[in-house]
Amino acid sequence: MLIELRNVSGGYGPVNVLEGLDLGVNEGEVGVILGANGAGKTTTLRAICGMLDDVSGEVFFDGSDITGRSTEAIARTGIAHVPQGRGTFGDLSVEDNLRLGAIVRKDGGVDSDLERWFDVFPRLRERRDQNAGTLSGGEQQMLAIARAMMGRPRLLLLDEPSLGLAPLITRDLFERLGEINKSEGLTMLIVEQNAGLALQIADRGYVLETGTIVASGTSEELSLDEGVRKAYLGF
Amino acid sequence: MQLFIDQFFNGIGSGAVYASVALALVLIYRTTGLLNFAQGEMALFSAFVTWWLTDQGLGIWPALLGSMIFSFVAGGLIERVLIRPVEGSKNPLNVVIVTLGLFLAINALCQLIFIKPGREAVQMPLMFPTGDLPVLGIQKAIVGRIIVLALECLFLYVLLQKTRIGLKLRAVASNPESAKLLGVNPGTMLMLGWALAAVLGAIAGTMAASRGTGGFDTSLMQQVLVYAFAAAALGGFDSPVGAVVGGLIVGVANSLTIQYVGFLEGIELVVPLGLIFVVLLVKPNGLFGRTIVERV
Repeated sequence: MLIELRNVSGGYGPVNVLEGLDLGVNEGEVGVILGANGAGKTTTLRAICGMLDDVSGEVFFDGSDITGRSTEAIARTGIAHVPQGRGTFGDLSVEDNLRLGAIVRKDGGVDSDLERWFDVFPRLRERRDQNAGTLSGGEQQMLAIARAMMGRPRLLLLDEPSLGLAPLITRDLFERLGEINKSEGLTMLIVEQNAGLALQIADRGYVLETGTIVASGTSEELSLDEGVRKAYLGF
Repeated sequence: MQLFIDQFFNGIGSGAVYASVALALVLIYRTTGLLNFAQGEMALFSAFVTWWLTDQGLGIWPALLGSMIFSFVAGGLIERVLIRPVEGSKNPLNVVIVTLGLFLAINALCQLIFIKPGREAVQMPLMFPTGDLPVLGIQKAIVGRIIVLALECLFLYVLLQKTRIGLKLRAVASNPESAKLLGVNPGTMLMLGWALAAVLGAIAGTMAASRGTGGFDTSLMQQVLVYAFAAAALGGFDSPVGAVVGGLIVGVANSLTIQYVGFLEGIELVVPLGLIFVVLLVKPNGLFGRTIVERV
């Protein structure tokens, strides 16, 4: 497994959100975390990135224990995190945002990667000198994903990428993510409310309830599971 | 007419000092969201360091360079040792109290180290040649100050807009959480912000102290700090351009008031402050401040 959480508990201050969570995604696969509001989905991603006050248990990335490391150190090991609300730098230009995605890279391929992601998301090229804060929600989400990709990550964490986007744009976004996963072989862990779309591109899914995994399996298995269907797929 | 021109450029000359301090305030405000009340006293200490180095036999410019290096290190240390431990606390007032404490502590420290009985003020050598330019009779010292200010702006522009480190600084100022997720260590950038602000302060303090007659004492920067805050408020606390323009406007307004509005003698401060009041009524973020546009 490329990323693995073993018996992770933790939260913010005295409040524990995660209660002994186990979860893992194989290299090259897409994992998706489903769950109701407050189940601990965002907190799971934050636990991976060292953004919780207090964590017990272990987080393994590519075989090494990254529990307790600083957020910026974890980012440098090759984990890109697109947070909820996208986390773009609103008062910086689109191009500056993208260059910041590659700020820890030392190789000379940044310029050609920039062009590459402009090819994938042509809207971003049109707006390269505009401040990121002036982009629409969908464009900001593209920017956030392209920025994450600029760091050539080995693992991409996405927190509710569909939040606030129109259904058509969400569909397009998930298609792009599926393509990126196929073409780059990039491992992803996605938190998503839109379970139907997410399971389409995912290999594995996890259902989170009050801080623990209550169901998991391949996307097919989860799609067929009656409980999951009723609660998250709505049919 | 010549009197007006003289007073105008006098105002520009002192405005250059206010602008330098205002730039330092803006730099720290943008990276940490904090008003550094100790900025003026940090500049005072740096000015004393410059003076001390000249007293050891260095020329004024090498001494200023030495003081800038000292200030860079000291500014970074102040952030790391005194500011950061309280910054994490829930109450933002704690940091304000620390900078106010620093204000008093550094002032007392200057008094203790540099002021000896029977030597209440010390004499800073002149930075610029004396005399006037043939055109408009502008003092060479004022032109010198304008050049220094322009170099500061150029340096900051290149650093912030054209370098990797500047990109990191702007990222941390814009969204520290996201900067961390991209592998940038915000702590290092905050230290750098304070270090650079202290360097700007060193230049401002040395320029303020380097005047023709009389020496300077520990009160050197107190009024300057008030004017610099006024300049930053006028220009917009998050705008370096605003700091410079604000500093020059405050300087000129002040100087012209002293010359032409006799009944305000001694309380000429009310004019720039009145000006700021009016500007902030019309543009609450200052002349150049951003109104943050965030689309969802």
